[in-house]
Amino acid sequence: MRKLIDWIDARIPLIKVWEEHLAKYYAPKNFNFWYYFGSLAILVLVIQILTGIFLTMHYKPDSKLAFASVEYIMRDVPWGWLIRYMHVTGASLFFVAVYLHMFRAFLYGSHRQPRELVWLIGMVIYVALMAEGFTGYLLPWGNMSYWGAQVIISLFDAVPWVGPPVAEWIRGDFVVSDATLNRFFSFHVIAVPLVLVGLVYLHIVALHKVGSNNPDGIEIKRHKDKNGVPLDGIPFHPYYSVKDMVGVTVFMMVFVAIMFFAPELGGWFLEHDNFVPANSLQTPPEIKPLWYFTPYYSILRANTVNFFWISAKLWGVFFMGLSIVLFFFLPWLDRSPVKSIRYRGWMYKTALTIFVISFIILGYVGVKPPEGIYKTLAQICTILYFAFFFLMPWYTKYDRTKPEPDRVT
Amino acid sequence: MSDEGTDQTRRQLLAITTGLGLAGTAVASIPFVLSMQPSARARALGAPVEVDISKLEAGQRLVVEWRGKPVWIVNRTRKMLDTLPGMARKLVDPSSDASEQPSYATNEWRSIKPEILILVGICTHLGCSPLAKFVEGAASGLGEDWPGGFFCPCHGSFFDLAGRVYKGVPAPSNLVVPPHAYLSDTRIIVGVSPDGVEKNRKA
Repeated sequence: MRKLIDWIDARIPLIKVWEEHLAKYYAPKNFNFWYYFGSLAILVLVIQILTGIFLTMHYKPDSKLAFASVEYIMRDVPWGWLIRYMHVTGASLFFVAVYLHMFRAFLYGSHRQPRELVWLIGMVIYVALMAEGFTGYLLPWGNMSYWGAQVIISLFDAVPWVGPPVAEWIRGDFVVSDATLNRFFSFHVIAVPLVLVGLVYLHIVALHKVGSNNPDGIEIKRHKDKNGVPLDGIPFHPYYSVKDMVGVTVFMMVFVAIMFFAPELGGWFLEHDNFVPANSLQTPPEIKPLWYFTPYYSILRANTVNFFWISAKLWGVFFMGLSIVLFFFLPWLDRSPVKSIRYRGWMYKTALTIFVISFIILGYVGVKPPEGIYKTLAQICTILYFAFFFLMPWYTKYDRTKPEPDRVT
Repeated sequence: MSDEGTDQTRRQLLAITTGLGLAGTAVASIPFVLSMQPSARARALGAPVEVDISKLEAGQRLVVEWRGKPVWIVNRTRKMLDTLPGMARKLVDPSSDASEQPSYATNEWRSIKPEILILVGICTHLGCSPLAKFVEGAASGLGEDWPGGFFCPCHGSFFDLAGRVYKGVPAPSNLVVPPHAYLSDTRIIVGVSPDGVEKNRKA
């Protein structure tokens, strides 16, 4: 065995990689609950790729066959229902893991200097994941798939001049059709996953270059022993590989519970209108995206007035785009001398609480018709959402912070 | 990077080679980008439709198909046109600011020639096809004061004789006017604007 490893190691840097990224990658010793979601996101990525490979064996990306082929997977393919529900549950839980993973950065300042690139690469992963979710949702060719894609692609129509040709170029037709389904299949099963895997690799390489942040938001590399090992660091393997196994176990319990007992999760993971085949002449009563897009959908619909000679619809598209783009600027919007929420003052804590509540409310009203109280709520929360970002340079700067400790606590 | 001891001529050559390589890559990407445009088949199916309206009498409606959707061509009588100005207070969007039509049909009649109305016959609510209810008054079955218009039986949306939606019904906006142009006095082409360029855009 030893000889085999030596033989391989002489040819590829097996032991070097093992040590650099696992056995001698020193992570801060004070990781808590919030540090599970990175490894869980990778786990779900693997589940999605594996289940996806097997679904592709039976699925037909043809507007005449797609809906029936999904039902065929559900009824006739041995264990097909399990593989599909695994893929469906995985899709939603991927976003759960990623949202919590991102929230961790808001808590402990993980996006701050020197980890800006880790954050930026992570944001590109998030956008790619949204593309993956959006293209994947068209594939069952249900009526909600169809009209959801129709509505979202026609958002481009709102952009003057370039919009309509771009929308046509994306659809490959004048309406969402077989051409659109076929190319979305191509994006969903090969283009975007390939990009995702590459980005995840970069994300980890960038992280391991600068080292992990921790709940205290201080650098463990400032205090090293005589061997150059951070005093507050412990090797990722076996300490955190074992810790992450606990996370995986609990996560998989939640995963299979949803998969076996509530795969549709009351219409949140699989919308009821999607059990009707796509019909280009009959719109569903309420067109709504899946839950992970609803906050942005609410922002899209929140503005209902034309101002500066620009239509309400175009403003909506602009605000929706901006609401995602702003995340990229987070490392530079935050001017606080401390990183972790543990040492921040009341201003940041209040702002973050309001932001999280606004985000959840936006997500909830996104599935409701844009009328009455829902419309008002969406408008208020949209303003709060943007205020969180635009006022950040001030409230983080003037906030009364506590001194950071020298060593992790 | 240090420039010490480098042969600048060779460096230049390297830069030119890189530049040319990038330009070549950019050119090579063109066929891939263009391959995603609507194919010849999709274009043929979405081609403009020519309609002869010489036999369309005043007060009649003609239905043609364009891009898989019903398109109505209505020859409105003087009397029908006279109902339009008085409708404003009953309508959501009387001046069609938030509705879809080409700029040359953004007027009081929502048409190029006042009498000839061209609409996509798909309700802006859920995509049912509304019924033409041109008979006015009680005979229409829609009440004493019905001035004539369109009625969607699926969810009860009313539209006037310019396809403008009534207040208090589920449809959010006026019926869509497709791009269209006159080839002659009696020939209409649906799907192309008079200038050949403009496409429909929401206001």
